[in-house]
Amino acid sequence: MLAAVLMLSIGFGARFLAPGEVWAGLTDPSSQYYRIVHEMRLPRTLLGLMVGMALGLAGTIMQALTRNPLADPGLLGINAGASAGVASAAVFLGIGTFYGYIWFALLGAAVVTALVYTVGGGRSATPARLALAGAALNATLYSYVSAALLSDSQAIEKVRFWTAGSLASADFATIVRLLPFFAAGLLIALAAARPLNALSLGDDAARALGTRPVVIRTAVLVAVTLLCGGATAACGPIVFVGLLIPHMVRPFTGPDLRWMLPYTAVLAPVLLLGADVLGRVVGSPGELQVGTVTAVLGGPLFLYLVRAAR
Amino acid sequence: MTTLDGTIGSRVGIRPRAVTVGIVAVLGTAVISVLTLGTGEYPIAPADVVRTLFGQGTAAQDFIVNELRLPRMITAILVGMALAAGGAVFQSLVRNPLGSPDVLGITNGASTAALAVVILGGSSTQLSLAAMAGGLGAAALIWLIGGRHGLHGYRFILVGIGLAAILTGISGYLLTRGVQMENARAMLWLTGSLDGRDWQQAGPLLAVLAVTLPILLLACGPGLRILEMGDDAAAALGVPVGVLRTGALFTAALLVSCAAAAAGPVAFVALIAPHLAKRLTRAPGPNLVPSLAMGALLLTGADWLAQHAGRPLPVGVVTGIIGGGYLVWLLTTERRRGRI
Repeated sequence: MLAAVLMLSIGFGARFLAPGEVWAGLTDPSSQYYRIVHEMRLPRTLLGLMVGMALGLAGTIMQALTRNPLADPGLLGINAGASAGVASAAVFLGIGTFYGYIWFALLGAAVVTALVYTVGGGRSATPARLALAGAALNATLYSYVSAALLSDSQAIEKVRFWTAGSLASADFATIVRLLPFFAAGLLIALAAARPLNALSLGDDAARALGTRPVVIRTAVLVAVTLLCGGATAACGPIVFVGLLIPHMVRPFTGPDLRWMLPYTAVLAPVLLLGADVLGRVVGSPGELQVGTVTAVLGGPLFLYLVRAAR
Repeated sequence: MTTLDGTIGSRVGIRPRAVTVGIVAVLGTAVISVLTLGTGEYPIAPADVVRTLFGQGTAAQDFIVNELRLPRMITAILVGMALAAGGAVFQSLVRNPLGSPDVLGITNGASTAALAVVILGGSSTQLSLAAMAGGLGAAALIWLIGGRHGLHGYRFILVGIGLAAILTGISGYLLTRGVQMENARAMLWLTGSLDGRDWQQAGPLLAVLAVTLPILLLACGPGLRILEMGDDAAAALGVPVGVLRTGALFTAALLVSCAAAAAGPVAFVALIAPHLAKRLTRAPGPNLVPSLAMGALLLTGADWLAQHAGRPLPVGVVTGIIGGGYLVWLLTTERRRGRI
C-alpha cells in the first residue's frame, strides 16, 4: 500500500506519470522525467513520508501516554505551539530559512507539550479535559500567530502557505536537516513502546515491571516534541493524522504498542501522502494544501469517534 | 419585579454584589470611554470630551469626538456586550467556563465564512451577512451532531472542538488563495480590529442587541439558572427545557456572529467577561447583566491599551494576549477544583 501511494505521489503533478515512467524517472538518468522526479516530486514524497510517520507516531504514543483516544498533536495545540515559534522567528528575528525555523518550532512545541500536559492534568487527565486545554491553547496561539504576522505583510507572504500545512516547499536540504530530529524522535518512540505498555497497567504495575514512570513520561514528551516540532517546522500545522492513525491501526494490531508503532510508521505516511495527492487532484490546476485536506477528511471522522465513544 | 441581574425579584431577591459589580463595570467603561475619546492625533481633555458629548463643545471638538471617535467607541461597547452575552449563555448551557464560542467553533464559523468573502473581494454588507450565516451554521452543526443528549455533555464540547479544527484548516486554505493586499486585510480582520468602525457597524449590532437582549434577560436568564440545576429538576419546575436550550443557543450564536461581523473574531472576551462576572458576583446562572457590563469594560479597556501600546495594535491582539494568560490561570485553578 505504501509503495502504491509513493508511486502515486511521484506520479501526480502538472503532468501525470504512469508507474513505468515514474520508475524510469527514478532510476534512469537519461529519462526525460529524471529531473522532474528527482528535483520536485521525490523530495515532496520523501518529506510526506517523514512527516506522516512523525505525526502518526507522535499521536500513537500520546494516546498511549495520556490514555486518551482523542489525543492529536494538532488538537492539543502542539503544532500550534510550533507555529507560534516559527511566526515569532519570522516576524521578530526576520528568520526565513528552515534551519532557523526548526529550533523555534521545537521550542514552541516543547513549551506547549509541557503546558498542555500539566494544565490538562498529567496522569489524571481525562480525554475531554486534555482536549479542552488543547483547544484553549490553540485559540490563544492562533490569535498570537495572526497578531505577530499582522505587523509584517512580508511575513504573511512568507508563511501563509506554511500556515495551511503544505508539502509544496519540500527540497532535499530540508529533508537532510530534518532527518536527525526525526531519527531521534523515532528511536525514542520505538524504545518507549514496551515501557509504555507497562505504564498502561498503572504506575505501580509499571514500577514492578522495572520501568520508571517519570523517565518514560519525560522521554515520550521529548519524542513528541521532536516529531511534532520537526514536522511543523517543515510543513506547517497538520491536524488529525496523529488522531486517526492509531484508531485505524488498533483494530488489527490490538493495543500492544510494539505492534502498533511499526504499523503506524507505514500507514501514517499512506494517509498523509494520500491526502496530499488528493489535494493536488481536487485542487488542480492549483492544489489544496495537505493540512486542509486532512482537516476536511479527518474532522468528520473525529466527530464520528466522538459520537461513537461512550 | 425584574431586577438587574435578570432574576425574578419577588422570588430570589436583589443581589447586592451583582448590582455593585455591574455599576463598577459601567462606571469603569464610562471613564475609559472618555479617556479613549480624548485620545488620538488631536488630544482632548476629559472635561472637554464630556462637555462635547453633551453638545457644548466647539465645532472642531464636536466633529472629532462625535463624528470620528464616538462611532468606534460605541461599536467597541456593543461588540463587548454582544460577545459577553453570547459567552455567558454558552457557559451556562455547557456548564463549563471554557465552553465559550471561541473554543466551540462558533467564532471560527463566522470568521471562515467572512474570510471567504474578503478573499473573493465582497462588500462589507456581504461580509457581515456571511459572518452571521457562518456562526449560526456552526452552531446548527454542533447542535445537530453533539446536542442529542443536551448541551452540557463533553460530547457537545468535543464536537465543537472538532468543528473548530476543520474550520481552521479551511481558513488556512482560504488564506493561500488571496493576493497580498487581501491577505493583509483578511489577517487584520481575523485578528479583530476596531479601526475605522462607524455607524455602519454599530447600527446593525445595536438593532440585534435591542431585539435579543430583552429576550435573553427576560425569557432565558431565569430559565437558564434553573437549567443549571439539571434538566430533570428544571423540567419539574416547569421550564420548557428543549425550547429554552435551543432558543438560547441560537440567540447566543447570533450575538457572537454579529459581534464578529462588526469587529472580527475578537478573542476571549466571550470567555473572560462572563467568567469574571460570575467570580465577582458569586451568583449561579449566566449573570447576564454583570457580564454585559464586564464585556463592555473589557473591550473598551483593551481598545484603550491597543491605542497606547507604542504603536497602534488591533484590539484582538490585546484581548488575545490578556486572554491567553487568563486562560492558563483558569485552566490550572479550575482543574485543581475538579471543575473542568
